[in-house]
Amino acid sequence: MLTRRIIPCLDVKDNRVVKGVNFLNLQDAGDPVALGARYSDEGADELVFLDITATIRSRETIVELVEKVAENVFIPFTVGGGIQTVEQIDTLLRSGAEKVSVNTAAVENPEVLGEAAQRFGNQCVVLAIDARRSKEWHRHPADDFENTGRMPVPHRPGRWQVCVKAGTEPTDIDVVEWAVRGAELGAGEILLTSMDADGTRAGYDNELNKAVTDAVNIPVIASGGAGTLEHLYDAIVEGGADAVLMASITHFENYTIKQIKGYLRDRGIPMNL
Amino acid sequence: MIVVIDYDVGNVRSVCNAFRYIGCEVALSSEPGAIRDALGLVLPGVAAFGYAVNALGSAAELVKEVALSGKPLLGICVGYQMLFETSSEYGLHDGLGLVRGKVGPIPPGRVIPHIGWNQVKLPGDMDLFAGLGEAKHFYFAHSFCAEVADEQARVAYADYGFDLAASVQKGNIYGVQFHPEKSGRTGLKVLENFYEICENRKSREV
Repeated sequence: MLTRRIIPCLDVKDNRVVKGVNFLNLQDAGDPVALGARYSDEGADELVFLDITATIRSRETIVELVEKVAENVFIPFTVGGGIQTVEQIDTLLRSGAEKVSVNTAAVENPEVLGEAAQRFGNQCVVLAIDARRSKEWHRHPADDFENTGRMPVPHRPGRWQVCVKAGTEPTDIDVVEWAVRGAELGAGEILLTSMDADGTRAGYDNELNKAVTDAVNIPVIASGGAGTLEHLYDAIVEGGADAVLMASITHFENYTIKQIKGYLRDRGIPMNL
Repeated sequence: MIVVIDYDVGNVRSVCNAFRYIGCEVALSSEPGAIRDALGLVLPGVAAFGYAVNALGSAAELVKEVALSGKPLLGICVGYQMLFETSSEYGLHDGLGLVRGKVGPIPPGRVIPHIGWNQVKLPGDMDLFAGLGEAKHFYFAHSFCAEVADEQARVAYADYGFDLAASVQKGNIYGVQFHPEKSGRTGLKVLENFYEICENRKSREV
């Protein structure tokens, strides 16, 4: 039986790991290679490195970072952040990454998912989705559009909308529909981040997780909001997540990977421990 | 020196990095001289079977000859699948035929590809797993799997709703369906064991 996976996420900016709240107020959390190696030694199942600056210059440094990580980390790791082309994916995989995650580029150019899956196999194509609960003030999108000429953002109570460009731009795309389409196009896994929960340590958005895990057959990594061990359990049992992503609770050493896995195993979740 | 056979398939860098990390001299090469002189050979592979067989090309006969002469050979993932006689991935292809058996799709009725950490039951008599106990988790990422039909081969299985042949050993020929280079400390121990097998064989020769 496959185990559920514990995945620390390292947001990287200027070659440092940082962590914010609701995508803002970044705090320094250390050197990415050292932190990655520590997690690998401690028994993490995988790692995710996200280049949160994603500028042309940072894309070059992220390749160097991937090469360094690959010399020191012997568990699978995913790299994401500003990746736009199949050639960039090829470079990162050859540099030692196991998987690459695509976010904004997949929304702007969905074909990139299929092209990457055909060339490298869908096991290395991760669709990252930044999800935000639809807000009250989007109630009259048509009026907004007529008055402002801006893209209408529909109000759909109890739904979530896809945000792009590191969460700065909401779109009119429904998260669950996008997840289904992404899987059809070639994504082998979905990295689902709740922007509302991110960094709050108040628990994952398990309504969101469940809506997506019920709709797709590929693994879903739940992300955003981990604060306690129970939150992780809930994301797996209530949210149906195949893997849980976390940052704050492990970077600042509130919990070790061993503690997390021991707790979940004792509650009946299959773990690699 | 361990030689990782270089034939332009996927992520071979990680395999070399892992051997280097455990303090083993390693080279990535497809030169006949290097293959003949190697302490042991590793046949990696992240690719479709047919693509990998074609890419290996004329080196295939040499790898086979050297393995049959007794030099330790470790196949990883598609490199493991290539140890068998045939594969039906995108058409029927011949493998190296070093171990009797065939490669076919993972039976339907479960999530495919099989990606993630699964537990492998480790038979006590497979020296690749020395010191690892009765069972350990390893990282898998594949859609095809081997059906071993060789009575001389020892096999380690994982449970994926059926008995999945996770590793095979026939004399000096070893193969693992999982990725030891991505399986943390447990995976590094498997590579250390392979290195030790190679060293021991060499010291017996001298």
